Amino acid sequence: MGMTIGEKIIARAAGVEEVKPNDIHTITLDRMMSNDGTTHLTVDMFNNDLKNPHIADPDKVVFIMDHNVPSNSPKTAEAHKKMRNFAREQGIRLYEGQGVCHQIMMEDYVCPGEMIFGADSHTTSYGALGAFGTGVGCTDFLYAMTTGTSWVMVPETIRFNLHGKLREGVFPRDLILTIIGDIGANGATYKIMEFGGDGAHALSVNDRMVLCNLTVEAGAKAGIVEPDEKVVEYCKEHGREAVHMFRSDEDAHFAAVYEYDLDQIEPVVVRPDFVDNFATLKEVEPEKIAIDQAFVGSCNNGRVEDLRAAADVVRGKKISPKVRFLVAPASQAVYIEALKEGIITDLMEAGAMIMNANCSVCWGSCQGVIGENEVLISTGTRNFKGRSGAPSSKVYLASAATCAASALAGYITGADSVK
Amino acid sequence: MNKFTGKVWVLGDDIDTDIIIPTDYLALPTIEDMKQYGFSPLRPELASRIQEGDIIVAGKNFGCGSSREQAPEIIKALKVACVIAKSYARIFFRNSINNGLLLIENDQIQDVVKEGDMLTVQMGEYLQLGDRTFPIASLPDNLMDIINAGGLVKAMQRRNGIETED
Repeated sequence: MGMTIGEKIIARAAGVEEVKPNDIHTITLDRMMSNDGTTHLTVDMFNNDLKNPHIADPDKVVFIMDHNVPSNSPKTAEAHKKMRNFAREQGIRLYEGQGVCHQIMMEDYVCPGEMIFGADSHTTSYGALGAFGTGVGCTDFLYAMTTGTSWVMVPETIRFNLHGKLREGVFPRDLILTIIGDIGANGATYKIMEFGGDGAHALSVNDRMVLCNLTVEAGAKAGIVEPDEKVVEYCKEHGREAVHMFRSDEDAHFAAVYEYDLDQIEPVVVRPDFVDNFATLKEVEPEKIAIDQAFVGSCNNGRVEDLRAAADVVRGKKISPKVRFLVAPASQAVYIEALKEGIITDLMEAGAMIMNANCSVCWGSCQGVIGENEVLISTGTRNFKGRSGAPSSKVYLASAATCAASALAGYITGADSVK
Repeated sequence: MNKFTGKVWVLGDDIDTDIIIPTDYLALPTIEDMKQYGFSPLRPELASRIQEGDIIVAGKNFGCGSSREQAPEIIKALKVACVIAKSYARIFFRNSINNGLLLIENDQIQDVVKEGDMLTVQMGEYLQLGDRTFPIASLPDNLMDIINAGGLVKAMQRRNGIETED
C-alpha cells in the first residue's frame, strides 16, 4: 500500500519503512517552536516538576515572542522575562519583535519533509514547504523539548485537488475559507489536509501558507501542499536546501478526495462566531454591515502579497472617519519589503495605523482590542465569540482586499464597490 | 472512580478555547486566578455555579481553536468530574489527557439531557440518565494511566519514582 505525504514524513520521523493510519509511533522531532502565549508555563513545569531536567537538543528549539510584543502589562513583561532568561540559560535561539512565530519559522527554519511541533495551533502553516507541522499544548511541548521525541497516531489524509487559477480579486484566503465552509469546523478533525493539482502548484509558497495555516480551523492535524520547484526555490532564497521532497504514492489511501475549480471561488465574508459560518461577499454586501475596525495582518494574512492587496484598494483614498484601520506585517522582513515597495506609505496616507510585526488584533489582547458591541472585519485566523475583545463584539473574516475596502466604506463591502 | 454521578451543565456545539478561557485572562499568574472566568463569554455565571463533581455535556467539536493548555486546566480546576461531548478537537483532547481531565465521547446524551439532571457514568461502559443508558467506549489503558496519575508530568514522575506532593 502506498503512502501519503504526511504518512511518509511520519515514517521518516519514526525511522520506519512504512506507517498506516491509526498506528501509533514514537517520533524524533526535527524542530520545536514555542511562543510567549505559553512558554512561561512550560518553563515553570521544567523548573518545578522535573528532576534533573535538560533540553535534548537546544539547536532544535526556537522561542519566539509574538503574542504580546512589545509587552503590554507588567504581567506579560514578567512572562517575557522568564522566557528570555530561560532561553539564555539553555542556549535556545530567541526572537523578540522580529515577527509572528510561523512567519519566522518559514523564513528561517522549515524544510520539506520535516516533523515540527509548535506550541501554537497554527503550526500547520509549515505544510506550505512540504513539512508536517502540528500544534501541541505546553505539556506535550515540555516532553518533546526534554526528550527530543513524542508520540503520534498516524492520521488519515484527505486530498484536495485544486484546478485552474483564482480570478482577479479572489485570494487564497477566500479559497481556504470556502473549503472550511464546505467541510465544516470539524470536517478534518485529526486528519491531514493534503493539497495538490495544477491549481496548488500555481500558488506561491506564501499563498500556500494561507491554506495550510487555516487547516486547523477545520480540525486538521496538519495541512500539506505537495512540494515542488517553488519550495526548492524558497528554501534556496532563504539559505536552506530542500532534501526530503515527499509526494503521495499513486496507490496511497485517502479518506476522501475533493476537487476544486479555483475559477469558481468567490470572495468570502465569514460571519461571527464560527470559522465555518460561510457567506459570500455578494450575500453580505447588501446588508451594509457597519464596522468599527478593520485589520490586515496575522500569521494567516500578513505577508507582502496581503499588504499589497490592501494598498491596491486604498491607494489615493481615505478610510472612513468612523473606522480604525490597523495593519501588522507578519515579520520585519515583510515590513521592510513593504516599505521598499511603497506599500506602507500608501496605507498610511489612506489613514492606516501600521503596527509592529506581531499577532496584534487577531490575538485580542495586545493591540487593537475591540469594545462591547463593536464590529471588526479581519484577516485574522478566527472569529470566535470575544476573540478580539469584548464578548459582545463581532468579528467577520475576509481577504485583505475586502478588509481594506470595508475600511474605506465604513461598512462591509468589496474592492469593486470602492474603485 | 469507576462509577460516579454528577449534576449536568449543558453546552452547545463548537465550544472553543477562547470561550473556555478568553485571551484577556491568560496573563493572570495562576489557573486559580483564571478559573472564575471560565466560559465567561458564553455564560458569565457558569464558573461560579459549577461545583465539584459536576459534569459538562456538550455537542460536537468541543475545545476547537487554540492550543492554550489553560483550557483543560481551567475545567480541571473547576473540579468538573468529566466532559462528555459528541466529539473533541484534537489538540484539546491531547491537552486534556496530559492534564488529567477525563473526556468521554457520546453522540446521544447531549440531545436528551437537561441542565441540572443527575447523570451517572460507569467508566468504559455506559452513561445512565434516569432509566435510560447510553453506551460509551473506554479509553486505552495507557491514557487512563495518565489521567489517573493527574496528567502526563505526574505520570512521568510516578514512572520515574519521583512522588508528587499531592
